[in-house]
Amino acid sequence: MTVQVLLFGKLCDVAGWRARAVSPAPASLNALRLVLGKEDQALAAALAGPGISAVLNREIVRGDAPLAANDEVAFLPPMSGG
Amino acid sequence: MIRLTDQAFEPGAELTAFARGRSETGAIASFLGLARGDAGAATALELEAYPEFTVAEIGKFVATATTRFELYDARVIHRIGAIAPGEPVVMVLTAAAHRREAFEACDCLMDYLKSRAPLWKKEHGPAGPRWVDPTTRDLADAARWD
Repeated sequence: MTVQVLLFGKLCDVAGWRARAVSPAPASLNALRLVLGKEDQALAAALAGPGISAVLNREIVRGDAPLAANDEVAFLPPMSGG
Repeated sequence: MIRLTDQAFEPGAELTAFARGRSETGAIASFLGLARGDAGAATALELEAYPEFTVAEIGKFVATATTRFELYDARVIHRIGAIAPGEPVVMVLTAAAHRREAFEACDCLMDYLKSRAPLWKKEHGPAGPRWVDPTTRDLADAARWD
């Protein structure tokens, strides 16, 4: 029972990792945020910052959502292409 | 068609290929974005994507723009990875019956790519690396089309 977590952009630099499995799988996105933040206060602050989006299994999620085993969660900072 | 690539691309060849074999298209607009050196302040750009998600999200926006501007076709080519000053970063091509729709769609797509597409840009220079956030202007530009 794990969820795969991906970080992009400046969030990777804050956390010092790009991808990791979190086990056991937290029950929800908010629970996952708490688990990650408990281990790393800087990441907790970054994830709570303005313009951070969450993506669950390649779909953008607003607010909270339940998680299941083998879900993929990505946290995205403000975007800037072009 | 949306293409992310870590290889340099040749803009002229892309435009030629896009324009080929069209009998109903009266107008093609193109935009080419290059990596700026900023007088030595930027020695390289680094573009990051969430590859499948990024392509899917840009594809959704292109589909919306295609309907909105009555396009016949659109293409987005975006570099990822390390990019040197002077190299193409992004190319947008739009095909429509008439120029106004092609121009506006190209403008709209670029505004989307600058601040709403899942891409992240890091600038490297003598002062060290820094993540580039969308500017107030970028955000206002994108909001023009809401």
